[in-house]
Amino acid sequence: MRDREDSIVLKVDQVKKRIGKKWIIHGVSFDVRAGEIFGFLGPNGSGKTTTIRMLVDLIKPTSGQIEVCGYNVNKDPEQALQHVGCIVENPEVYNYLTGWENLEHFARMQPHVDQTRIQEVVDIVRLDQRIHDKVKTYSLGMRQRLGIAQALLGRPKLLILDEPTNGLDPKGIKELRTFIRELADQGMALFVSSHLLTEIQLMCDRVAIISHGRVLAVGDVEDLIEEGSNYVVWQLEPAHKGRELLHAEKDVEIVNIADINIDEAMLAGIDQDAIITQMNSDRTSDLIRKMVASGVQVHTVQKMNPTLEQLFLRMTEGESIE
Amino acid sequence: MNSILPLVQNETIKMIKKKRFLVIVLILLVLIPIFTYAQMKVAQNNREKFKDWRHTLQQQITDNENSLASDRVPDEWKKYRKIMVQQWQYYLDHDVDPSTPNGVTFVRSFMENSSSLFIPLMVMAVASDIVSSERTSGTIKMLLTRPVRRWRILLSKLLTLTLFVGLIILTTFVLCYLIAGLVFGYGGWDQPIFTGFQINGVEVDNSAVHPVPQWLYLVMQGGLIWFSSMVVAILAFMISVLVRSTAASIVTMMAALIAGSLLTNMASSWPSAKFLFMVNLQLTTYLAGSPPPIEGMNLIFSLMILSIWALAALFVSFRVFTKQDILN
Repeated sequence: MRDREDSIVLKVDQVKKRIGKKWIIHGVSFDVRAGEIFGFLGPNGSGKTTTIRMLVDLIKPTSGQIEVCGYNVNKDPEQALQHVGCIVENPEVYNYLTGWENLEHFARMQPHVDQTRIQEVVDIVRLDQRIHDKVKTYSLGMRQRLGIAQALLGRPKLLILDEPTNGLDPKGIKELRTFIRELADQGMALFVSSHLLTEIQLMCDRVAIISHGRVLAVGDVEDLIEEGSNYVVWQLEPAHKGRELLHAEKDVEIVNIADINIDEAMLAGIDQDAIITQMNSDRTSDLIRKMVASGVQVHTVQKMNPTLEQLFLRMTEGESIE
Repeated sequence: MNSILPLVQNETIKMIKKKRFLVIVLILLVLIPIFTYAQMKVAQNNREKFKDWRHTLQQQITDNENSLASDRVPDEWKKYRKIMVQQWQYYLDHDVDPSTPNGVTFVRSFMENSSSLFIPLMVMAVASDIVSSERTSGTIKMLLTRPVRRWRILLSKLLTLTLFVGLIILTTFVLCYLIAGLVFGYGGWDQPIFTGFQINGVEVDNSAVHPVPQWLYLVMQGGLIWFSSMVVAILAFMISVLVRSTAASIVTMMAALIAGSLLTNMASSWPSAKFLFMVNLQLTTYLAGSPPPIEGMNLIFSLMILSIWALAALFVSFRVFTKQDILN
């Protein structure tokens, strides 16, 4: 237990924010530990970016505490921010400077960062070919890498990435995932925000789900998804016979495709006559045996991951996320 | 971070790489030759008409005195001309030519004329976007999430600005001298200039008048121009902190400056206008002994007013910058 306490890098405790008369964040709490990738999941406008800005002292919380390595971010930014590297929204760098000049600029703003360290981070993000070119000639992916290099300069204990896969191609996204995992394996804590459940699922160990400025759940990604996942898609031939068979089962409910919120990307891969059921996936193999026995051919059986919206529906018990 | 120097270095590098200063130098390189040429034409013209500068000056005095009798000339102008006539008379009496065409005299009059609009404009070109450009480009997020307190970042920007205000004035001076010198010669440093005219209503009190060599006059003039430019820079700096867009920040300051020069022409009927910073910016008038825009203003008064405005602007800038939430 003591070890767990010691390894907490970021501690967010009952943070609230009011802008004007409107409460934007109504009490957000979570901890991020060393060596883990922590996902921060929520739809656009849920208070994700506001929270991230509070983590790095761009916005002052109305009440509550944010601590990085034991230092209060708002009261002691010089100590706290030394341990944080971040990219808030897009990686913003000076277009009229070269990549190297940008890194030198930010290196001058923190202690113990010399030319050797700059060269190190340039090598880490593999930007050494173009580092002496003006940033305005960079592609979005290169800017992203420069942004990460900048964030890594001060050997941070916590790296905050806000929607890091935005604007990256599939190859870039895959590279980023591997890269983030490497950093976590070296003991760094990573805080990654996203509005896509799949992305969080592929990248993170733990996740906090935020909606309307409230944290709905914090937990292991696998657990959350396991709980939420009870859709199974069948492709059977002949379809009508299969449907009858499924219909006969008491604990299997056939659902209409229009009634449920399934990831659009997944829908694209499903045939017209596919049958979607809501059931415990442990029963699948048993059902397949029954089908085969009664002469129904089973083409595919697929467990479907819940969408973010489904998770929300479950957590808020039917209250829509809008 | 204990030292502010690396931060000032950062700001200076950005300022140079943005090529703002280069633009200023280019503008000067275009404008100064034009004015030099115009001045040369004036000098040629005078030389053709009058063999002696005393005749030119005498003619000027007579012209102005004649116009004083006319009803069509507004009272304002009459007052101004009356004072100028008395000063010219003083130069004539002491056998000193107030506008010998030489390089240094040209610099002196160029600097004096550009102190009200031209130099402030160039100062604004560097001051107006020093904070707002970081907002427009989003780099402010990078800047403020580094382990440096916000007031230090703002202070580093202010120090860099101070540096560049000095540099702009120095560059204007040097370029002006080098270019004008080609035409008028590089002499004139020791030529005497009278300063210390006291103006009481329309009467000029000559009791405190004393000659100073032109180089000393230029130093004093440079100091005053630097002071008023710093005030303009600090106000532009504040606006740059307050508004998000660079264009809005430049327009706001331009409007204030132009309003100032308009007000100067009609402020006699509204004496409390003298508390506005815009009408106090032309500090060099006190040195030259020209009448102040509003009665009752003097050098100390203007310096005080400008200082108060600058201090208030600094207070607002630092207060807002350290407290505000970065939302965009």
